[in-house]
Amino acid sequence: MSGGVDSAVAAARAVDAGHDVVGVHLALSRMPGTLRTGSRGCCTIEDSMDAQRAANVLGIPYYVWDFSERFKADVVDDFIAEYSAGRTPNPCMRCNERIKFAALLEKALALGFDAVCTGHYAAVVTDAAGNRELHRASAWAKDQSYVLGVLTAEQLAHAYFPLGDTPSKQLVREEAARRGLSVAQKPDSHDICFIPDGDTKGWLAERVGVAPGDIVDRSGAVVGSHEGAHAYTVGQRRGLHLGTPAPDGRPRFALEVRPKENTVVVGPKEALATAEIAGSRYTWAGLPPADAATPFACEVQIRAHADPVPAVAVVADGELVVTPEHPLDGVAPGQTAVVYVGTRVLGQCTIDRTVSAVSVDA
Amino acid sequence: MVYLDHAATTPMRPEAIEALTAALAVVGNPSSIHSAGQQAKRLLEESRERVAATLGVDGIEVVFTGSGTEAVNLAIKGLWWRRQSTAPSAVDGGPGARPRLLVPAGEHHATIDTVEWLAAHEGAEVVVLPLDEVGRLRLDVLEAELARDAASVALVTMLWASNEVGTVQPVEEVARLTARAGVPLHVDAIAAYGQLPIDVRGLRRATDAGPGAGLVALSVSAHKIGGPAGIGALVLDRSAAVEPLIHGGGQQRRVRSGTQDVAAAASFAAAATAVHERLDEDARRMSALRDRLIAGALAAVPAARLSGDPDPSGRLPANVHFSFPGCEGDSLLFLLDASGVAVSTGSACQAGVPEPSHVLMAMGRSESDARGALRITLGHVSTDAEVDAFLAALPGAYAQAAKAGLAARATSFDR
Repeated sequence: MSGGVDSAVAAARAVDAGHDVVGVHLALSRMPGTLRTGSRGCCTIEDSMDAQRAANVLGIPYYVWDFSERFKADVVDDFIAEYSAGRTPNPCMRCNERIKFAALLEKALALGFDAVCTGHYAAVVTDAAGNRELHRASAWAKDQSYVLGVLTAEQLAHAYFPLGDTPSKQLVREEAARRGLSVAQKPDSHDICFIPDGDTKGWLAERVGVAPGDIVDRSGAVVGSHEGAHAYTVGQRRGLHLGTPAPDGRPRFALEVRPKENTVVVGPKEALATAEIAGSRYTWAGLPPADAATPFACEVQIRAHADPVPAVAVVADGELVVTPEHPLDGVAPGQTAVVYVGTRVLGQCTIDRTVSAVSVDA
Repeated sequence: MVYLDHAATTPMRPEAIEALTAALAVVGNPSSIHSAGQQAKRLLEESRERVAATLGVDGIEVVFTGSGTEAVNLAIKGLWWRRQSTAPSAVDGGPGARPRLLVPAGEHHATIDTVEWLAAHEGAEVVVLPLDEVGRLRLDVLEAELARDAASVALVTMLWASNEVGTVQPVEEVARLTARAGVPLHVDAIAAYGQLPIDVRGLRRATDAGPGAGLVALSVSAHKIGGPAGIGALVLDRSAAVEPLIHGGGQQRRVRSGTQDVAAAASFAAAATAVHERLDEDARRMSALRDRLIAGALAAVPAARLSGDPDPSGRLPANVHFSFPGCEGDSLLFLLDASGVAVSTGSACQAGVPEPSHVLMAMGRSESDARGALRITLGHVSTDAEVDAFLAALPGAYAQAAKAGLAARATSFDR
């Protein structure tokens, strides 16, 4: 229970369903803030109190479990390392993979619980043969199946998402108000929870340090400078502050981050087009495809709020290789490509490499 | 429910509830001049005298506060500031010549955070005195620090007994050393009050304490002895000068302004009197329960390690503190709670998260020991049946928590 409305209503529904429910708030920082600021961040003492008040209303016991060390090692340090390596990580995904459905789930199972129930908007469906499948939520706009795409069959066997079939967030808020939960109108949290002011660039600069370097075009000509390549994300247009205008006067985008050379490569929008995505770290969310070595039709989604795109996927040479029907923009290494068949999450890979749709000198 | 967390707070005694509710119905501000005020004042001062009697002092030497923590703050900050303003070198506007504040490791947060604040904002030089392996202050180090330069010491502050591991401190020896050095001593007796006899004047006499030196201040709290939460007291010797933290109407020796809570004082006094009427008898009874609980737990879980003084005379009669290697204290607490037994991890909490115990770390214990700590504390209502219930629940909780403890470090879901 984060202290937000979704987990409070999820807990309420779990209680209604007859489960023996215990509220657990994850302490993810040894030095939590005292008060929530705006809609940003989470895990302040105020959030913890909100969670406890919700548990009080539901009449369930409530505890705070400290995962701050694990969170720092597996999520925060990973986030810093990924950016330092010129990649674009998704810390929420890492948290689901390593904390909520690993460290927390393991501890819960050892303590005698059967499942971890969260307020994620996603659905776990059991097929005729008893296999668990992960599906999109009914509320398309709130669907969070993407950030859960990293879960495996073993984890899904112990996952419970009571909000999966709710048509909208508004209905969840109304239900919270009806149930007398004080968090009914609490603002949604956005951004990355451990960067409370939302300034990812500044936060990273404090931890990675400032390292001035060049911004170059695809020919290698220096067109600007930066204070550290780690602050750039493939596809980024704003904040490049290029001194030299492009010859054709068209906007330029970050195409590649090269941490070893501390260089950012920029170019025109069409150079962002990615024809192929591949990653060696892939998982299946439930049963794997019958024959993953034979190309199969699917849809691929590369960001939490991106539209899925029809694609063909195949496992070849130890990699999950996904070829979208038409090229995708702004695909960065480190991001996760989640593969769907209909509403079902089939699996995912962390993107290691991409193949551009246009040749370098186009 | 089996309640074995009396060091956190203990049920109010019937006498205290009765005194509280009776006094709540009486109108009158003790500072008012009219008869109603005089009635309130009478009840307040009678209560003060009754509390004072349990501490071996006069009524005028008891300053009621809003909590034990406030009493500790008033003693430490109040003494520190007054010692600076009266230090010889402060006469010509220079910094005080008594910047040193001697404090043992493993104190309660009321003390730790107060001295850290003084260090950060007021230039206090905090000298942390080490503990031995049972959590007892190293007297030789204190003696050496005082011998080094007693004139630069603003004050010494220490626990009478550890709230966490129950170790009784050598209060008389420290009182004697500070009396001899001419340095004021504050003792946080919140955990010890109601379990061990406390006689402030007797101790001052026994240690030849001169004015303003030796044991001059001592903090207690009502809710730890069956009184209400929201009232504590600072025993302040007549010769002790402190700077007030709260300014206003000048109540209570001008040391602690604010309308006085007559009902809380009356309730505190009722609890204090009741406790001290049977202090020895209850201490014997709780010691017997404690020793049975310790022996039973060690028999049930041989891996358990008793923290604090293994000598029964060196620890609080109501305190048991174990480390369970390989377990997380919060897992044990959860599992015992689920089987209806309330205990504590013993250390301070931030938003419900137990920190690794700084007391155990100061005693030289490993981080793993500090994580698997469990404090079980008895009270005046504790029974043999409750000890039995704890001993029955412990082995299962331990086995499961050990399993979960391993899980928290490396999980099979890791890839």
